[in-house]
Amino acid sequence: MKMPVTDAVITAILGYGVVFIGLVLLMCAILIMGKVMTAKKAAPAAASTAAPAPAPKADIPAAPGTAGEVKLFDVPDKEAAMVMAIVADKMGKPLNELRFKSIKEVK
Amino acid sequence: MDILGTLGGLVQDSGFAGFFAAGGWKNLIMIAVACVLLYLGIHKKFEPLLLVGIAFGALLTNIPGGGLYHMEMWDAYIYNAPYDAANQICLYNVEEDRAMTEEEYINALLVSAGVDGTEGMTVQEQLTKALVLIEQGTLQEPELLEKVSFTDIAHHGGLLDILYIGVKAGLYPCLIFIGIGAMTDFGPLIARPSSLLLGAAAQLGVFLAFFAAIMLGFTGPEAGSIGIIGGADGPTAILTTSLLAPHLLGPIAIAAYSYMALIPMIQKPLMRALTTEKERKVKMEQARAVSKTEKIIFPIVVAVFVILLIPSTAPLIGCLMFGNLLKETGVTDRLSDTAQNALMNIVTLFLGISVGATTVASRFLSLETIKIVVLGVVAFMFSTVGGLLVGKLMYKLSGGKINPLIGSAGVSAVPMAARVSQDVGREADPNNFLLMHAMGPNVAGVIGSAIAAGFLIKVFGG
Repeated sequence: MKMPVTDAVITAILGYGVVFIGLVLLMCAILIMGKVMTAKKAAPAAASTAAPAPAPKADIPAAPGTAGEVKLFDVPDKEAAMVMAIVADKMGKPLNELRFKSIKEVK
Repeated sequence: MDILGTLGGLVQDSGFAGFFAAGGWKNLIMIAVACVLLYLGIHKKFEPLLLVGIAFGALLTNIPGGGLYHMEMWDAYIYNAPYDAANQICLYNVEEDRAMTEEEYINALLVSAGVDGTEGMTVQEQLTKALVLIEQGTLQEPELLEKVSFTDIAHHGGLLDILYIGVKAGLYPCLIFIGIGAMTDFGPLIARPSSLLLGAAAQLGVFLAFFAAIMLGFTGPEAGSIGIIGGADGPTAILTTSLLAPHLLGPIAIAAYSYMALIPMIQKPLMRALTTEKERKVKMEQARAVSKTEKIIFPIVVAVFVILLIPSTAPLIGCLMFGNLLKETGVTDRLSDTAQNALMNIVTLFLGISVGATTVASRFLSLETIKIVVLGVVAFMFSTVGGLLVGKLMYKLSGGKINPLIGSAGVSAVPMAARVSQDVGREADPNNFLLMHAMGPNVAGVIGSAIAAGFLIKVFGG
């Protein structure tokens, strides 16, 4: 059945409005979620700065054949292992002779 | 043994004879169209994963006598009409949207038996002729089904009819959405939630094309199905059309996937025309890092929130977010891997070939198809314009911190539309990297088009 033009105009405007309202509300929900998450993250960080500094750990030597400790930022273990293996391969040096301090994903 | 008679029978039963029957030339044209689509998919790499399947489905369904897909049976299913399973006749006049009269049925029986020149015959003469043909075995004894169910389709249908049940039941598009969810990183959207505004703005083409389709004489459900092409999301377009206007599924699916492949050609001139050199050179600031917990909570929040808001989006949003949750949990890697690869590939296979099967010559070669093709490109263009205009608004409001080019990525077409934003940005400044910034609006477009589809299904699907 054919639809009257006025009904079509109303449906189109209403539809576009519903999409906008839906996504604006979703945006608000995500913003709130983000605020809660960042606040949660900030709280333990603040607590750790307020707490007295712990006694310095004795410098434990790394076991022979290991590459030491590497700090990972937003990089899964598997990908970090791959990155280290590629670097070692490109440099032509065994992995245990290299020291990786940190691996961070550049966004 | 009557060798000549046997040979004659073989020739008459062959598909070649079908090309010389009434309307057989249309099948030849459709086979040519299918070959053009295959060329575009294979040689030009236009969305090959789906277009090759669709084109091959179109090829198979238009080979006379193949019996892989029965449009008349699906008409009977859609219009809840009786169906003569033996002679493959739907007792419903689709063109005039009414039940078929007894006279029309007898005439259809004679036409199906290849009898020409029934115009001068009375109804009684036609009936007598039909009875004689049944007696001779040229026509089958009618086997009337009051209503056609999926079970009847599985029993009487061909291979592509059976595969098409997955489309009609809305199964394949939803399974594909699980795969898309498992492949999508919503991180850029979580980091910059304002991207959702661009995803919403880029649905402009959906509703403008809907309105234009009404102006061109389409019904509301048909116009809604045509409009959703502007969402630039294949599975969403297929689901919406299969629910609202299944008779238009072939042209709409082909238009949607062809235009998705043509996104760079459609979007780039509009992006250059609607933005200034200064705007295109804007380098956006790095968005904040998103934690793993946020990425896990996101699909749960979106699923609950959007489905509560518009319940008809449940199949699409539910599956999209389920797939994304599998990806982000970190404990369902096997399921995520299956959703992204094996499941996605299997469903894409079935979806492509069964959607292609709906491009039956007698229905596809019509003025309606040309209108759909034109409206589809209008929808894509206006969706791009909508995203760009809101992108420009955000550029002004943010004091020039947001590059309006990311607005055009608000049409879904992940990740093609985001890549186009990146390309046009780099044309202005080779050191400008917009890809990750454009991914936010791009994935927001997926949610936006699902909401638009949910709205149209709710309004026209009852």
